[in-house]
Amino acid sequence: MTVVRQPPVPSPATDRVPIAIDVPTPRLAAPAVAPPKLVVHGLNVFYGAFRAVRDVSLAIPPNSVTAFIGPSGCGKSTILRCFDRMNDLIASARVEGQVLLDGEDVYAPTVQAVELRRRVGLVFQRPNPFPMSIYENVVYGPRRHGVSDRHRLDEIAEQSLRRAALWDEVKDDLRRKSGLALSGGQQQRLCIARTIAVDPEVILMDEPASALDPSATLRIEDLIAELRRTYTIVIVTHNMQQASRVSDQTAFFTMGEDRAGYLVEMGETVRIFTNPKEQLTEDYISGRFG
Amino acid sequence: MTTPTLPIARSRLRRSLGFTERLDVPRRLSLAAAAFVVLMVGLLLSFITWNGVQLFAHSGVPLSEIFSGTWHPDPSTQSAAIFGLLPFILGTLFVMVIAALISMPLSVGLALFMAEVAPRWARSITQPAMEVFVGIPSVVYGWLGLTVLVPFLRTNLHDLGFTVGFSLLAGALVLSLMILPTITSVALDAFVTVPGEMRGASLALGTTRWQTIRHVVLPAARSGVITAVVLGMMRAAGEALAVQMVIGNRPVIPTSLAQPMTTLTSQITLDMGNTVNGEAWNEALWTMGLILLLISLGFVVLVRRLSRPAKVKP
Amino acid sequence: MTRTLWADRAATAVLWAIAVFVVAILIAIIGHFVLASIGTLSLDFVTQDPSDVAIGGVGPVLFNSVYVLVLTLVMTVPLGILGGIYMAEYAREGRATTIIRFCQELISSVPSIVVGMFGLALFVSATHWGYTALGGSLALLVFNLPLMARLTEQAIRAVPEDERHGSLALGATKWHTIRHVVLPIAIPGMVTGVILTAGRIFGEAAALIFTSGLSTPTSYNYANLNLLDPRSPWSPLHPATTLSVFIWKSNAEGLGLFVRQVADSSSALLVIMVLVFNLSARGLGRLLQRRVTGA
Repeated sequence: MTVVRQPPVPSPATDRVPIAIDVPTPRLAAPAVAPPKLVVHGLNVFYGAFRAVRDVSLAIPPNSVTAFIGPSGCGKSTILRCFDRMNDLIASARVEGQVLLDGEDVYAPTVQAVELRRRVGLVFQRPNPFPMSIYENVVYGPRRHGVSDRHRLDEIAEQSLRRAALWDEVKDDLRRKSGLALSGGQQQRLCIARTIAVDPEVILMDEPASALDPSATLRIEDLIAELRRTYTIVIVTHNMQQASRVSDQTAFFTMGEDRAGYLVEMGETVRIFTNPKEQLTEDYISGRFG
Repeated sequence: MTTPTLPIARSRLRRSLGFTERLDVPRRLSLAAAAFVVLMVGLLLSFITWNGVQLFAHSGVPLSEIFSGTWHPDPSTQSAAIFGLLPFILGTLFVMVIAALISMPLSVGLALFMAEVAPRWARSITQPAMEVFVGIPSVVYGWLGLTVLVPFLRTNLHDLGFTVGFSLLAGALVLSLMILPTITSVALDAFVTVPGEMRGASLALGTTRWQTIRHVVLPAARSGVITAVVLGMMRAAGEALAVQMVIGNRPVIPTSLAQPMTTLTSQITLDMGNTVNGEAWNEALWTMGLILLLISLGFVVLVRRLSRPAKVKP
Repeated sequence: MTRTLWADRAATAVLWAIAVFVVAILIAIIGHFVLASIGTLSLDFVTQDPSDVAIGGVGPVLFNSVYVLVLTLVMTVPLGILGGIYMAEYAREGRATTIIRFCQELISSVPSIVVGMFGLALFVSATHWGYTALGGSLALLVFNLPLMARLTEQAIRAVPEDERHGSLALGATKWHTIRHVVLPIAIPGMVTGVILTAGRIFGEAAALIFTSGLSTPTSYNYANLNLLDPRSPWSPLHPATTLSVFIWKSNAEGLGLFVRQVADSSSALLVIMVLVFNLSARGLGRLLQRRVTGA
């Protein structure tokens, strides 16, 4: 794997020289290495005049789990929501730079955000099932996308719930029980099943277990490990131990003096946690700040 | 120094009224004011009820007669007076329902617009617009209907049956305008109460905004929207002057949208000044007032039931 | 897929169209009255007496509207504030408050024409006053008092607990706390409530038709300050047709050559007053809010 070091460029806003990053890039001679699923080039996100994310570039490999870690407020969720353009919902948000899904810019004018969100799903921090039955929750997505055949929907429901490790617990109450009547951990798995039901390629998770108790958290983490076989997963987390347990790659972000978030370091999880290149990373991991 | 002890109110009545400390003047005064409210309401209910039953108690009119369709209160030209109140009751019901039907798409649509679609600048126009709508006095709406709408109907829709212009439709149109802000504001409250996370969850699954509105927001706000429409109907039923000015005041059972008819409120407005206390005609008007009161009570109960928070299915 | 996108665009267009339509109706209504009253609405119109042979004016009628408004507010505001204070500060949730709240809800749903009937029975017939301004104000009191109490209660409840506790912890009595801490903070909300109530009262007609009456005074001698003389405009004991009732009369009686213009201009006047009340309620409320919390 070649490592491309970007030459340090002094940025006018801060005196500090931005950090070099490891970006695993494919070599044409070795097709065994899959091209990255998501690539970000020079991403800057503004809320009105305030810059929330500064010059982020990174690549997310397919069928793996990538964790975004860092102190709160440094733009991790903001970057995550660029991948499925959920930032569009915020009126003052402005995105500059490129976000590529399989090589195509998701912010191109020809791209429909609605289509994009079928391919890139999002699981929220707090479980948010609809006030409907479990079944209706899961098949909500496919229904809206035109699937009306009853058998097909039943198939999708079962498959999604199985993949989300929830099937056995709810299979007898699918239509009678409301999604809101489940426990917190079950609700989150329901939300994951709901996301899976639309057959995405990427699943984004914004601190999916932070509202759950420890045992529910562990179940979610096991689930994530399973899911990486089928999907590309990007997870934002505050919990470093969780990141080290669950992810293949980790990207560490922090906040600059101008309160904009930037990428400090990214690489294989094992290496980041045992042998980080940057002092900031080392400090964060050993708990000296954040 | 001995620790001062607070004297505890001696009776349960005192305690339930909030008197746990020494009785003091401000507390007495404010309680008196609150009690005055109860007194007034009690007086009102008793007066209306007492006067409302005099038609039966004093003038001996049988209860079943008020459900007749003939209103002939003045016995001098014919043999006997008949106090059939059906034209008025049906008139009120019809005008109320039709006004709600006309207003509903506009008011619920406007509420949806304000809650889901409108950018900030648009909301800063529609919000005050609603407040002004509410503030316009009912006589002004009535006068507008009388001077603009009725002639319009008479000249342009003459062939559709609007021979005089005064009609059920005129009344319903004027009322629909008056109840529009009522329905809009209550429906808007209902929509705004739907949690944003639910919308986010739907959109994240790749649905359009309209799909989210149709399949998440509207079902979640259903009871609130129904309450809004019911409140609108309640207002329509109670409106007197604006309706009286455009409805035609013909005491007949309504059969067509285009013909003059009457309502409980219009007839009271029309006749009250001309009748003499103690006469059956006057008592019949009081009975109409009592019916209006009962209709309002019924609505209050209905709205309370609808507003009860929905139970989460077990 | 494109079908849902088209549906979304169509729905958005429909909702925009509805909003524009409704706002356009409002502008049309206001515009209609403004246009219809050009030429008639003037200072003369506002001050002169009504006339059968010329356009005349609505001076006495407008005076009556203001008079009834002030008389009603004088009774409603103090009682309403006291009642609201009771509900917010002294009352314990229980039977008493349930009854009071139920009464408030009930009275706010009774049609104003029915309240007018009640006023007729009590303040006109039973007391043998005949049609009077006082009778009208009392009828208006019946359904504005519970409203005022409710608005006051809400404004007081909005005051944060910390403020109250701070005062009580210093040893102040409850009434002292209310008077010097709670009320000042709640004032902006209450002022807004009063102004909005005033707007409603100004436009009210149904409750007044049978209580303050329908006779149009032909002229008022404002110099007569004897409050007990029914001929004095300052006395509450004479019939007092207000502007709203006057407009309704134009429909019922239709006498005089210029009924249409007079009623149109009166309507325009009423609409303008409503706008003034509305804007001042917002503006004053915001101003007071800033003075109490900011400066």
